[in-house]
Amino acid sequence: MRYAMAVDTKKCVGCADCVVACQTENNVPIGYCRDWIVEVTDGTYPQLEIEIRSERCNHCDNSPCVRCCPTGASHYVEGGIVKVTPHECIGCGACITSCPYDARYGHPDGYVDKCTFCDHRIQDGLQPACVSVCPTKCMYFGDLDDANSEVSKVLKKRKFKTLIPQAGTKPQVYYLI
Amino acid sequence: MREELITSGRLNPNVDPYLEIWHWQIPLYLFLGGLAAGILFFASLYVILGKENEYRGAVRRAPIIVPFILAIGLGALFLDLRHKLFFWQLYTTIKLESPMSWGAWTLMAITPISIIWVAIHIQEYFPGWEWKNVILRDLNAFFLKNKVGLAWVTIVLSVILGIYTGILFSAFNARPLWNTSILGPLFLTSGLSAGAAAIILFAQSKKEKVVFAKIDIMLIVIELFLIIHMFMGFRASTQVQIDAADMFLGGAYTAPFWIFVVVLGMIVPAILELMELRHKKIPVYIPVVLVLFGSLMLRFIISYAGQMSRWLY
Repeated sequence: MRYAMAVDTKKCVGCADCVVACQTENNVPIGYCRDWIVEVTDGTYPQLEIEIRSERCNHCDNSPCVRCCPTGASHYVEGGIVKVTPHECIGCGACITSCPYDARYGHPDGYVDKCTFCDHRIQDGLQPACVSVCPTKCMYFGDLDDANSEVSKVLKKRKFKTLIPQAGTKPQVYYLI
Repeated sequence: MREELITSGRLNPNVDPYLEIWHWQIPLYLFLGGLAAGILFFASLYVILGKENEYRGAVRRAPIIVPFILAIGLGALFLDLRHKLFFWQLYTTIKLESPMSWGAWTLMAITPISIIWVAIHIQEYFPGWEWKNVILRDLNAFFLKNKVGLAWVTIVLSVILGIYTGILFSAFNARPLWNTSILGPLFLTSGLSAGAAAIILFAQSKKEKVVFAKIDIMLIVIELFLIIHMFMGFRASTQVQIDAADMFLGGAYTAPFWIFVVVLGMIVPAILELMELRHKKIPVYIPVVLVLFGSLMLRFIISYAGQMSRWLY
């Protein structure tokens, strides 16, 4: 089992519904976010291209945050999801520093927090909150080891990229281009 | 002109617009840890070499400050934690891939050893001191008898402590400025240099002072060599590391780094120590304070600049 997500940059309009859904679903403290929108404008005026992405933790296969955690609070769970156990976290900040995507933040309660791929919803057979609310249906979630999952099918069909592959983290959120 | 403009909707405190998760506590601790490692390294070195009586300042007197600076350093580390009541989780596991786990366990070992080291040399400061308790007296006799063994353990731990202060940073490939293996040796050398400088203040003979001034000059030369190598490596590396080096070669950190760390913290004290060796009258604490200041500034600047260096995508 290898959970992964694909985000279609051609469909994403940057409405930030995913951001709000995540904050609501996961009770994210005000002023913080586990997922966010990035807009990249590229080119020479007036020939400009814009790419919009909904970004979050990449649940990397080779996670620097899991590696550097001194207590084992950062760990992998089934399907390669990277999670933090609050009562094992000492809030040293090493994982926040180690993430090239800056996907983690210090929760006001002291421990470090991040995207969980909504694993509590997956267990109930639901999609992650961000995926389920997306009005343009630009996000796909599922098991990469299952050739019939939505994410496997769309990655077979479309060209895609990952973020900073040269950092060697083997990210598992794919961006369709 | 062709341009790429990246706009992010993320504004997490201490993470955006650039990382600011580690404040003064970490560089202060790294400096104190390096200084403690430096003092203990020379103290145990001269016990192993059998020259304890010639280097009384290094072996018996200077280590008195080590438990105190380690305590202040540990206090700073504790203040840095955001989930403080769970700090003991560090000692429920050993994670070989985590430099911070190495550091926590090394500190756990070296702090009591530094206290033992002070305890067996307490008569240096209080000549009439007698351990009243039988167990303490026996322990004292045991460690005095096995002092060379204790020194070997101490020297290994002090090198691990000194190198780890650099590796803590260099293990993060997310921060291109830190992601160089030179930081381990550089911080070790800087810690040894700070330790040698501190020992000069405790030196008991003219000869000891001269030897440690010479050691310090040598270590400063090695540090300068490592710094030049670090920037050569960055300039020859990927774009993100070229950008990281540029913070020091024309960017925001150019003036503080070259003035405080290199000129005031290395070159000026090296010249003053050289003049001292040539029998010019220099108040001994001036080069010592400058070396310690440079060592502290090196940690502060590398810590803050490293958090500003990043991958852009």
